[in-house]
Order: sequence, then C-alpha cells, then structure tokens
Amino acid sequence: MHALLGQLLIGLINGSFYALLSLGLAVIFGMLNIINFAHGALYMMGAFCAYFLLNLTGIGYWPALIIAPIVIGIFGMILERTMLKWLAGLDHLYGLLLTFGLALIIQGLFQNYFGSSGLPYNIPDELEGAVNLGFMYLPIYHAWVVAFSIVVCLSTWFLIERTRLGAYLRAATENPTLVRAFGINVPRMITLTYGLGVGLAALAGVLSAPINQVAPQMGANLIIVVFAVVVIGGMGSIMGSIVTGFGLGVIEGLTKYLYPEASNTAVFVLMVLVLLVKPTGLTGRTA
Amino acid sequence: MTALTDDSIPVTARAMRDEMIVFAVMTALLVIVPFTGIYPYFVMQALCFALVACAFNLLVGYGGLLSFGHAMFLGTAGYCTAHALLVWRLPPELGILVGTAAAAALSVVTGFISIRRQGIYFAMITLALAQLMYFIYVQAPFTGGEDGIQGVPLGHLFGILDLRKSTTLYYVVLASFLAGFLLIYRTINSPFGEVLKSVRENEQRAISLGYKTDQYKLLAFILSGTLAGFAGALKVFVTQNASLSDVYWTMSGDIVLMTLVGGLGTVFGPVVGAFIIIGMQQYLSGFGEWVTVIQGVIFVACVLTFRRGIVGELAHHLKRSL
Amino acid sequence: MPDLQMTDAGAKSAASSATGGELLAVQNLEAWYGESHVLHGMTFNVKAGEVVTLLGRNGAGKTTTLKSIMGILGKRAGSIRFNGSEIIRAPADRIARLGIAFCPEERGIFASLDVRENLLLPPVVREGGLSLDQIFDLFPNLKERLKSQGTKLSGGEQQMLAIARILRTGANFLMLDEPTEGLAPVIIQQIGRTIARLKKEGFTILLVEQNFPFASTVADRYYVVEHGKIIDGFANSELQANMDKLHTYLGV
Repeated sequence: MHALLGQLLIGLINGSFYALLSLGLAVIFGMLNIINFAHGALYMMGAFCAYFLLNLTGIGYWPALIIAPIVIGIFGMILERTMLKWLAGLDHLYGLLLTFGLALIIQGLFQNYFGSSGLPYNIPDELEGAVNLGFMYLPIYHAWVVAFSIVVCLSTWFLIERTRLGAYLRAATENPTLVRAFGINVPRMITLTYGLGVGLAALAGVLSAPINQVAPQMGANLIIVVFAVVVIGGMGSIMGSIVTGFGLGVIEGLTKYLYPEASNTAVFVLMVLVLLVKPTGLTGRTA
Repeated sequence: MTALTDDSIPVTARAMRDEMIVFAVMTALLVIVPFTGIYPYFVMQALCFALVACAFNLLVGYGGLLSFGHAMFLGTAGYCTAHALLVWRLPPELGILVGTAAAAALSVVTGFISIRRQGIYFAMITLALAQLMYFIYVQAPFTGGEDGIQGVPLGHLFGILDLRKSTTLYYVVLASFLAGFLLIYRTINSPFGEVLKSVRENEQRAISLGYKTDQYKLLAFILSGTLAGFAGALKVFVTQNASLSDVYWTMSGDIVLMTLVGGLGTVFGPVVGAFIIIGMQQYLSGFGEWVTVIQGVIFVACVLTFRRGIVGELAHHLKRSL
Repeated sequence: MPDLQMTDAGAKSAASSATGGELLAVQNLEAWYGESHVLHGMTFNVKAGEVVTLLGRNGAGKTTTLKSIMGILGKRAGSIRFNGSEIIRAPADRIARLGIAFCPEERGIFASLDVRENLLLPPVVREGGLSLDQIFDLFPNLKERLKSQGTKLSGGEQQMLAIARILRTGANFLMLDEPTEGLAPVIIQQIGRTIARLKKEGFTILLVEQNFPFASTVADRYYVVEHGKIIDGFANSELQANMDKLHTYLGV
C-alpha cells in the first residue's frame, strides 16, 4: 500500500511536469502553429538557471521560481523574434525542424560544458522532510510540487479562458489577421505567447531541480513523452492538456507499481491504444 | 501554407536524361572507390545511410510525411540481422532477409498507427513509437542492452562471395545501394509516385478526385520503412555490430538532417547529404558533443536560409531536375 | 497613444480642408493575391460623412479593395490616402488605429469567445465611439445573448455583432463587406436603418453590396467595379437613369 501510494505520488509529480509542458506546447502551437521541439531544452535551461542562481549568486529557490521563468522566457522571446517569426506561412514542419535544431544546439552546448552527469540542487529548507500521514510518509517537497503545479495550471487556464487578455489570445489563435485589423499588435502578442509557454517550461525545470538531478539531457527524454501526452490529449483545449498531463502521470505511476519493466513505455503504449481506438485524441478536437 | 518542397520541376524527357547522367556519374565515381585509397568502410557506411535517407526522402519529399522515427527501422533490422547471423548462424542473404522482413513488419504496424492522425501529429507519433522501440530494446535480452550485439560473423554471400574481404563487401553494398536507389527512383516516377506527389501538394483535392489517400500514404510508409530496414541490415556487415545508438532518437534526427542538407524532394540530395553528415561525424569524432551543436546549427541554418538543400539549390540554379 | 491625424476629436466627419473633404482617396491601387494580379488600378474617393457603395460582379475585386485599404492583403501598389496621410505601406494595426474599421463578409465572429468578449475585443482607438448603452440601443437582442458563444448566434445576430463591435472603437470610417448577404428581409431592413442612423451620426461608410435595392436606400454614390478597375460611377440621384447600364454591368 505504501509502495502504491508512493508510486502514485511520483506519478502525480511527473504528471505535473507533463501538464506544465504540454500546456506550454499547446499554447505555442495555437498561436504560432509550431511544435516547439526546443521545449525540453528550455525546461532544462530553467533547472540550470536555478542552479546558477544558487551557486553563482547565492539566490535561492524561492526567488528562482520567479526569476528563472522570466529569464528563460525572455530568451525564448529572443528566439522567436530572431528565428521563429521567419517561419510564418511556411509548412509547420519547418517549425519542428528549426526547434529540433535549436534543441540540439542548446543540449549540445550544455553537454559540452557540464558533461552528462547530473548536478545537485538541494530541496529548500522550508520544504525539507516528510509528514507522517499514517498510511504513508508524504515528502513535503513532493506535495508542494504537485500543489503548486496545479495552481499554476489552473491560473493559466483562467488567464486564457476567462480574462480579457486571454480573449485576445484566443481570438488571435483563431483569426490573427482580423485581430490585427482591429488595431492589436499581433506580432507582439505572438512573441509574448511564446515567452509564456517557455516560461511554463522553465518553471517546471526549477520545480524539478531538487527532485531530478540537473543534467543537460533531462529535457530530451521528457519532451518525447510529452509529445505522446499531447498526441493523446490533443492540443485544442487548455483544460484537456492539463487533465491529460496529470492523468497520464498517475497512470504511469500505477504501471510502475504493477509492472515496473513497462513504466518507461506506459505512455507510449497508451498513445498507441488511443490512436487505434480514437484517432482524434481524447478531447475529440483536432488542433 | 507552402508545401514542404514546392519546387515543381516537371518530369520531362530532358529531366529524366539529366537524372540518368548524374546517376551514371555517381555510379562511376562509386565504382572506382576501392582503387582510390579512400577508406572503403567509410564509404560503405555512407552508402547505407544514403539509402536510409533516400527511403526517408520518399516519405517526406514526395509524400509530405515527416517521420522522426526512422531509426526504429534501421535499428530493428540491424538487431534482427545481427541476431540471425550470430545466434541462428544464418547465411548472409537470409540474415539480410530476416532483418528487412522485420523492418517491413514493423513499418506495417507503425504505419497503420501513425497515418490515423492528421499531419502535424505524424512526426510526434513516429518519434514516440521509435522511443517505445528504444525502451523495448533496452530491456530485451536479445539485443545485449548497452553493449549491443558484437562480433557478427560475415560469412559468404550466396556461398561464394567472401564478405570478409573489404573489396567484395564494398561491391555488394554498392550493388545493394544502387538497387534500392533505382527502386525508389522507379517508384517516384510511377503512377503511384504521381498520386503521392499530388497528395503532398493538396490532399483535399486528391481525396475529391477519388483517391484513398490514406492507402497511398501507408504504402509509401511501408516501402520507406522496409528500405530503411534493408539499409540497416546491410550496415550490420559494415560495422559488424548492432547497438542502441541505432535506435535512439538522435539517429532519427541524423537521417532527417542528411535529407534536409542534401535537399528534400530531390533525387540525389539524400545521397549527398548522407556523405556530408557521415563525413562530418567522422572528421569531428574527437570533438565530443560539438558534433551535436554543429548539427543543430546546420538544421537551423538550412531551415532559415537554405531550405532547398545543396542539390535543391543546384537544381534550382541550373533549372534542371536533380 | 496612437498618433492621431484628426485634432477635432468630437466630430467624426471633420476632415482637413486640404483634402477637399475627402476622407479616403485611392489612386491607381493595384493588388496581388500571391501570384494573381487582382486589382489593376482602382481610383476613387469617399468624402467625409458619405455612404459610398462598390457594385460589381463576383470576383470583380470589391472585397480585395476593402482588404487592401485595411492593409490585410499581401502586396499592394499605388496610393491610399486617409485623411491626407499615405497608408499604402502601413500595417493593419496602424491603419485601424487611424480610425478605419473593417467588417468582413464572413463576419469573423470568434467561436472561442462569447458574445460579450467578441463585442469588447476591438480596442478603442479614438474618442467618439459609441458607448455600450448606445450599442445596445441599436442592437437590443445582443444584450440578451451576451453569454452565448459567439458562433451560436443566428446569421443576422452575428452580422449585428460584427457591426456593433467596430462602433465601440471610435473608428469613423467603416468598411462593410456584404452586410445583408444571406439575411432575412426583416433583418436587412434593420441593418438599413442602422446604417442610416450611423450616417446621421457622422460616420463615413464604404459599402460593398450585391443587393442594390438595399444599397439604394442608404448610398449617396456608387462605383462599378469590373476586373479590378472602376469602370463607372454615379450619384444616387442618377440611379434610375443608369439602371440599364447597371443591369449590363452586373449581368442581372
């Protein structure tokens, strides 16, 4: 029982990262029509940013939670302004190729300087330790990651679906030309949207730093799983991405408990099943 | 949205003649390699990858489907052939057959799964499927895990050709490459190829004309995967092993890069691209992860400024079909 | 704050005397859709406070003209002067902020927004726009449907929403592309009354219409467009005299 709950908790944590990353991918795809392969590398940069903030400037976890997404978000916006915007109007596969190249560059550079072994990042003191719930020990940091991720995901959903700013984003995703004809600077919106998606990825990176080691390849394997998550859930709905992300994390955790050898492949196998049974994905909407 | 390759140079008698001439030149150059002092194993490896890239190009340049998982065909055939040669002690020709058949079977299954969803998801699905295969191979005992399958015996092809002699092996690999290349060339210029191209240009219109486009895409996928597998089976003889790196996503990325650099949708582009990338990897092998960075830079540069690739640019300037 | 050409914020129809009362002056406008050359030199003008209608067969280039003025078409050449300043090279968002608004033929109601969000989406670009109350005055049924998803509205309601949302912005030059297309006669009448009311308020309107009985109830002047050029123009008072010519032009 302890083992099951332990695995489900880890599943929820992975689900948090799946949700945060697939949310960013969906938002970026909606506005830019690009599948951002660099998302994993940017997640990794978020973790490294937290590491550098701590080890070079002494800035700890809590400020890093805000600073890293902003710094990496700005980096992402620079990428969009200098490179991605030239792809507008081209076949969307060029976006995938370009961001794949960017991912290789970023990961390769980090791998050159830091090797392949992970760097440590400590859990902040306030979140150390565990709570004894009777049926299991609940590490406080784990609970924090899940809770905070849920808050961030729901806030993003609220921002997009319920606010004026979100209305601009939704409208520009549907018909950017008309929105521009109303006087709104759509190119700037696109840049900011990319920054938002990237910021979410970097935030996930900071959250993950104390749990997983900070290593250059931490984003690569993750992004492929997130792609499978996105195929399953579709990119048409914000809430769909969130629910699918968390849900698949939990299923993966369950698989790890029941049949550990298959845990790496659980999400992919599920993707195959969903494609065979319901090709349009669980939310039923095509992107 | 502009299609992935929108340089439509009409297939005319002149175009075919240009391509024949280049083919003859290419063949002649490759035939004399053993006499030039160039390391034949390098060229053999490049030829194997050239064939994979050509197979990949059939799917993306003519079918409009970007597969990010072609490594799974390369690797699957490699493992099966290596296993057949080493453990089952099969002769080379049967070993190649086993590997190719395995890749073919895999392409039928994965093709059926991948074609289901609309275009943009195709790349992600193939990537995920390849990663699934990777994880399976990590754990499957027959692959040897991290060590891979080593020391594969070469034997005698058809009982007569001693593949341990590098010159003999070279001409076998070259002949196989040329056969595969011609098969792809024939396919591109057949009625099937024409329909495929029209599906890439405007799928809706092809459907309205009555074509079952899914079937065409699936067939192209199977052909592409099978030929990639064939190349993977050949590669086992060149490297004498099969390993996890052949199934990893970076291998799929390499294949995409070769075709992109050479020229998507051109006949000879993938060949040129393969030689360049393999050559670069050999030349820079001491530089560690810089190869990854450089390949990333090439990707970015190609997409932003050099979309037609080397052969594509050449063809565009000369206004010929290459 | 956008760089406003008009210093007289209150009067929508005020135009500087240097432009001779012309709010919009188009000279030799050419336009391309990709490779296809659609406009071959359109020359016409719209005076402040007027309602001008572009008539012509399908494919003549009427919608292309509106889109060219709005700046949402790719390649343009020639001259478009709005209130004296050249806008042929300007991007669409700058053109909107100068006070030009566009209501497309397909209406462009956003499906992922509700009616209220659709209505409030276009930002206020100048003073002098209608208040929400004034808008609900003109279009009472919109008030009841505020929470509905945008595209769940009927055709007529969507058309009203499309017109309503650009009235809030303060734009004084409205371009309406086939506002009565596919609508029931009762709704068409309502739109006619709305346009007449807007004209009284001082709005300048460039209208594209196939339905020229409707157009004749609101228009001051007409231009006939064929193959991307203006081939004829006359005032509303001359409409009866030109009926035969019109029938030939429009192939009716």
